[in-house]
Amino acid sequence: MSAALLEACGLHLRFGAVRALDDVALEIHPGEVVAIVGESGSGKSTLLRVLAGHVPAQAGRVLYRDAAGDAQEIGALSEAAKRRLMRSEWGFVHQNARDGLRMGISAGGNIGERLMSAGTRNYTEIRTAAADWMARVEMDPARIDEAPRNFSGGMQQRLQIARCLVTQPRLVFMDEPTGGLDVSVQARLLDLIRGLVAELGLAVFFVTHDIAAARLLAHRIIVMRHGRIVEEGLADRVLDDPRHAYTQLLVASVLSA
Amino acid sequence: MNMIPPRNAQDAAYNFAYLDEATKRMIRRAILKALAIPGHQIPFGAREMPLPYGWGTGGIQVTAAILGPRDVLKVIDQGADDTTNAVSIRAFFARVAGIATTTHTAEATIIQTRHRIPERPLREGQVMVFQVPMPEPLFKLEPRLAETRRLHALGDYSLAQVKLYEDIAHQGEAGSAYNHPVMVGGRYLMSPSPIPGFDNPKLHNSPAIMLFGAGREKKIYAVPPYTTVESLDFDDHPFKPMRAPHACSACGSATSYLDEIIADDQGGRIYVCSDTDHCGENQGR
Repeated sequence: MSAALLEACGLHLRFGAVRALDDVALEIHPGEVVAIVGESGSGKSTLLRVLAGHVPAQAGRVLYRDAAGDAQEIGALSEAAKRRLMRSEWGFVHQNARDGLRMGISAGGNIGERLMSAGTRNYTEIRTAAADWMARVEMDPARIDEAPRNFSGGMQQRLQIARCLVTQPRLVFMDEPTGGLDVSVQARLLDLIRGLVAELGLAVFFVTHDIAAARLLAHRIIVMRHGRIVEEGLADRVLDDPRHAYTQLLVASVLSA
Repeated sequence: MNMIPPRNAQDAAYNFAYLDEATKRMIRRAILKALAIPGHQIPFGAREMPLPYGWGTGGIQVTAAILGPRDVLKVIDQGADDTTNAVSIRAFFARVAGIATTTHTAEATIIQTRHRIPERPLREGQVMVFQVPMPEPLFKLEPRLAETRRLHALGDYSLAQVKLYEDIAHQGEAGSAYNHPVMVGGRYLMSPSPIPGFDNPKLHNSPAIMLFGAGREKKIYAVPPYTTVESLDFDDHPFKPMRAPHACSACGSATSYLDEIIADDQGGRIYVCSDTDHCGENQGR
């Protein structure tokens, strides 16, 4: 197997008496989709924020192999280097589109911002790329000059994804990308993400409490509870043959229509 | 021409150039720092001055700090030497420093200005002092000053570029006719103070020293001589300095920056040079 794109070991983080991360180790390989599941408060969102360098861990380290093939320790990167990484090789899709978009700036400006921060200074190029990406996330490119506040929740989420992917990142973090959307919109969004991930060969860490979404998207599933990884394995193995009592409970709690 | 105008009599009740020596040294230190890091805003302890904020308290303190007994001072407001602000600041320094004053760009060693850079090309040895209302170019895009400082430190100016993108997307051209942000020395984004875009190119590689003082915001920044100053733009939408497509009705100049003046009640208007010294010279020729 190829070298890991990102690997973490011995991650610890406590919030007071609460162990948010307790000796967490994991890795992701290029082109792999890893779902992190668990109930609310299990530490999955915290794990994502630590992996993405938003929050430093109290112990342990996260190594990222960049496009040049050099291993970078995320905790040791300068602010400027981290920002560069986040704006070029990484993407982060927030649960709430408001956290990931500039609501007062047009859809084209939102998508174009990442290109401009990467140094693109050609207006036509930026606009073409923005329109192209709107089409790829199934939005109407004619709405390129509209502000995201005029868009529905599902559209805002699509726009957020387009904004992340326009610089062709290698690794994308998604924090409940379908949270708070109604089921039919969720299904179409998941379908879109699945298509794009396969087409672009993205590596994705994706946090969810929705077991069905994990089954649909993920190659591998990591189950967290109380800040620890209790079970990890191929998606169908974990879901069809859960070994840990907590995973069994989690899988059994899914409602089927 | 180039006769040195006579000195005025200094009012002995004041220290030379109004400010006390310690304050002038503090401001000079800020100016030196600003010249060492072109385009970077240096905080300084701005003093209360005998004129209201917005009338040039920053500029007047910078001028006071750099003024020497042999300097010749010119003050312009919107290009004109004869408007209230220009006249009173000139009279102020004539009284408290006893220095010579002039309205001729060519004679001046220090030119304090609001809104314009003179039409006549500046030369080595001249110092422009700009009055700056808002020194932070990212102010309208990012309201948190701590965050704007971070963006400056990281050299992340995509916000300003996004603003320009939005302007072009919505109205087909850059939305700022004045105070159009510039990149100084390829490093810092800087507000050129409210000068028209027409004057932005004059900052580029100028032989004169450009000093910017913001009194209320307590910041000083500078462009040393022969420094690159580029207006923010896109490769395929280059920055266009704007000028009214007319000739001056007083001197006939077709190249100077013009003011529009309503001439009668029928909506008739005339255009005259905003730089009164330049216009006068053209007429005398």
